[in-house]
Formats: sequence, structure tokens, C-alpha cells
Amino acid sequence: MRTNTDSIAQSRAFHQDRPLVQLRNVHLAFGANQVLKGIDMDIRKGQAVSIVGPSGSGKSTILRCITGLVHPEQGEIYVGGVDVRALTSEQALIQLRKNIGFVFQQYNLFPHLTVLQNLTVAPIKVAGVSPEQAQATAYELLRKVRLAGKEHAYPGQLSGGQQQRVAIARALAMRPDLILFDEVTSALDPETVGEVLTVISDLVSDGMTCVLVTHEMRFAEEVSDEVYFTEAGRIVESGPPEQIFHAPQSERTRTFLQRALGKTGVEHPPTMDVLPAIDFKGIQFSY
Amino acid sequence: MGSNSIFGYLWAWLPALLRGLWVNIEISVLAMLLGTMLGLVIGAVSLSQARGLRMLTRWYVLLFRNAPILILIYFTTYVFPFELNIFSWTFPFPDWIKVVIGLGLPASANVAEIFRGAVQSIPSTQWESAQSLAFTRAQIFRIIVLPQCIRRMMPAWMNLYAGITMSTSLASLVGVHDVVEMATIASNTVARTDFTILIYFTLLLLFFMYCYPIARLTRSLEKKHAN
Repeated sequence: MRTNTDSIAQSRAFHQDRPLVQLRNVHLAFGANQVLKGIDMDIRKGQAVSIVGPSGSGKSTILRCITGLVHPEQGEIYVGGVDVRALTSEQALIQLRKNIGFVFQQYNLFPHLTVLQNLTVAPIKVAGVSPEQAQATAYELLRKVRLAGKEHAYPGQLSGGQQQRVAIARALAMRPDLILFDEVTSALDPETVGEVLTVISDLVSDGMTCVLVTHEMRFAEEVSDEVYFTEAGRIVESGPPEQIFHAPQSERTRTFLQRALGKTGVEHPPTMDVLPAIDFKGIQFSY
Repeated sequence: MGSNSIFGYLWAWLPALLRGLWVNIEISVLAMLLGTMLGLVIGAVSLSQARGLRMLTRWYVLLFRNAPILILIYFTTYVFPFELNIFSWTFPFPDWIKVVIGLGLPASANVAEIFRGAVQSIPSTQWESAQSLAFTRAQIFRIIVLPQCIRRMMPAWMNLYAGITMSTSLASLVGVHDVVEMATIASNTVARTDFTILIYFTLLLLFFMYCYPIARLTRSLEKKHAN
């Protein structure tokens, strides 16, 4: 974790073996609606962690807690040894967020800026990188997400999958210590899901710490070091993907996975070159 | 074309009409300038956290958006003095300035609403994603929200501009020598029914030629924005 002046004292207390992200007994309610009911989680540097579970189980809220977009009323959250709940000033939250990338379901690119500007605006204005350096990094990242040549396009001119890859590059441009992915393929057309997952799996191979909230079970199984299954604001079960997907301890996990894997019939492939054929009531759609 | 042909008269009066039209254009531009500057300030205040200020701007907007423009023009004409004396300086307050204010007030109320609507129409997800990139609130407003607002405001602003331009024709009622006043003088001087008909058609055409391009531009901006 990069040190910044605000967190030096806290970083000293942060041991090398301590997880990068640590949640202990986190509770959060929106009004009368209890969303998180005691979440414990450890994410180590370089790990890829997936959070799966039914809609409304609080998966996305966990990510929002980590980056300080929402404030739990109880529990502890540490990111790189910094106590997130203690950060009240805007400046302190900004120091935290400089180190955390966030990719949203709806991409949320800035529609009035070109792809290149989307990638450079935060490094220049927030991190104080020189425009030349920021552009060089942006070009490099666009190659990485396989979008070289789209620098001067506006987000509205790109497909969903392309926009999402720009959003990933935008998060990477701040050189974060970890990236949070919030159902990043849920809003995409089936044919563009693969290209986004390919980019994420590249990042995981590069050793980037990734936390994925996802409905792509096969993908979660393939890339994760650890999988958390959440339901109704609690973590029902966590462990290596082999355990969660093939030998779940909990009946609830088993039921969910049966439904999740059986529901669509076809799981989106993690790579672009394997394309699905859908058989629907005798009518075949081949891609 | 003989000198007593109505087109001959029109030709003779055209320079005066165009001078009058120039007054209308000046009034519309100044009224929109005043209305935009004042409206942006009022619109920004209407988004502030302070409840008292918010209520104040709300009432301002309600009052001036719902007032007939003719009444506002009469209001400023008769409420404001014709000159202002501050110590030994005298500032004349001609009627055309009063019309600028009379049109600028409703324009500002409308601009305030357009601005408030534009800011609120920017999805909260834009704020969230900018926050995640570690922008401060002030930076988000300046770099992310405001530029998007300007785009969204343009069609409505141009519409207002066309509306205010048309309303400048009311200036003649308080003695401003605008294009309508010129047409009335010409009509009374020539004193021929056929010429009167012609000159009012000309008047329609002049306003059309000024406002139609604005409307077309607005439409194309709206189309562009829809994509």
C-alpha cells in the first residue's frame, strides 16, 4: 500500500501479514432495512475474491463500505491498515479512494469526455500526474483492455462491453492497490460479457487484488482464490472455489448454486474465442 | 416601381424598420445576458443547503415565471425612476433599459429553473463514479456535472431566447423606438390600408427571420443531445 501522510501512523501499526482489506462484524441499515448483519471478510494482497449470492443479499453494499461510499453503523473496516469508519473528512476519504478502483454495473463513464479524457482526468486532477504521463499511461491501458484506437471516441459511441472495458482502464489509471467490481457484466449483452471477463482475468493473472461481486459463477470459480456466499446480509459460507462450487457445506449455498447454474442454461464463457450456442425450444442460436 | 407603389414606400421605410429591429435585437441580447447571469446565481442558490435561501429563490422563480411579461414591462417602466441621482452624478434610466430589466427578470427565473433541472438531471451515479476516482465535491461539480449541464441547458436556453426576442415587441408599448413602433409610424404616415397590411406582413417576416434559425438550431441541438 502506498503511504500517504494522513495514514502513516496507522500504516505503522499495519503488519505485513495483515490482510489488505479486513471487515469485522459490519452492520449497516438503510432506514428500517437491515442490509448487512455482521460481515467478516479478509482480502489479502494479490488475491481475487468473489462475492456471490442472491440479489439483495448485500453484495454491492459490501463494496460500497470498503470504499467509504456508505458508512456502516457497527463493525470495523480496515483497508491497508487504515480504519475506514474513522475517516470523516472529505480529504481523508479521498486519500483512501486514491488506492481503490471501483467499476460499476452501469459503467458510469463521463459522457462529455472522450475515452482518453475519461482515463486521464482523475490522474491529472486528483493524483497530480503530468498530462503527458497520464496520456502515455492511458494509451498503454487501452492496449491492455484491447481498445487501442478508441482514444478519441465518446462513451456513447461504444458498445456496452467496450464502455465497461474503458471503465476498468479508468480505474486502473489511478494505479490502485485493489479494484472492486460491482456486477460489471450484469448490464451487458451476452455477446460482450466474454470480452470484459477476459480483461478481468488478465488483471487477476497480473496479481492485481480484485474483489468481484458477480453472477458469473463459472468465471468466479475459474479466477477466484476465495469465494464468499452471502444471503440476507450474512456470509453463509466462504472458502476456496472448489469447496463452494463442488462441495458446499451449507444447504443454502447448494440450493442457490443449483438455481444459479440451472437458470440460464448457458454460462457465459470467460474468453472471447469460445462462443455459445443457445438451444431454445428446438430453435438454435449459434454465435 | 413608382414612388406611390406600396413597395416603393416599403423600400423607403426599410432602413427605419431595420434600425428598429436592431433595437429589438439589442434588448433581447441584453435581457438574456442579464437573465442568464442572474438566473445562474439564483439557480445555484436554489440548490444550496440553506433552507431559507432555497425558499427565497423558490418564491423569486414562482413570482417571475408566472407574471405576464407585459405587466413586468409596465412594472419596471413605472416603478423605476427615469433618472438616478447619486450625489452629484446623474444616471439616466431610459425606457429601453427598463424593458431590458422587465424582460431580464422573467428570463432569470426561467434560467434558474433550467439550471436547477439540468443539475438535478445528472444521474447520481456520475457523482458516485467521480467520488470513487477520489475527486472532491467541488471538482465533481466543476469538471463532471457543470459541463454536462451546459449541454442539457442549451436547447431550453435557446427556446427562452427566442421567446424573449418575440416579447421585445412589447417594448413599443412603453415608448421604445423598436421595429413595431417604426411600423406603426410608417403605417400612420403613409396612411394607406394596403401599405399597412404589407408592413405588418414585413414585420412578421422580420421576426420570423430572426427567431426561426434559433428554433432550428435548438431542434438540432436537441437531436444531438438525444443521442
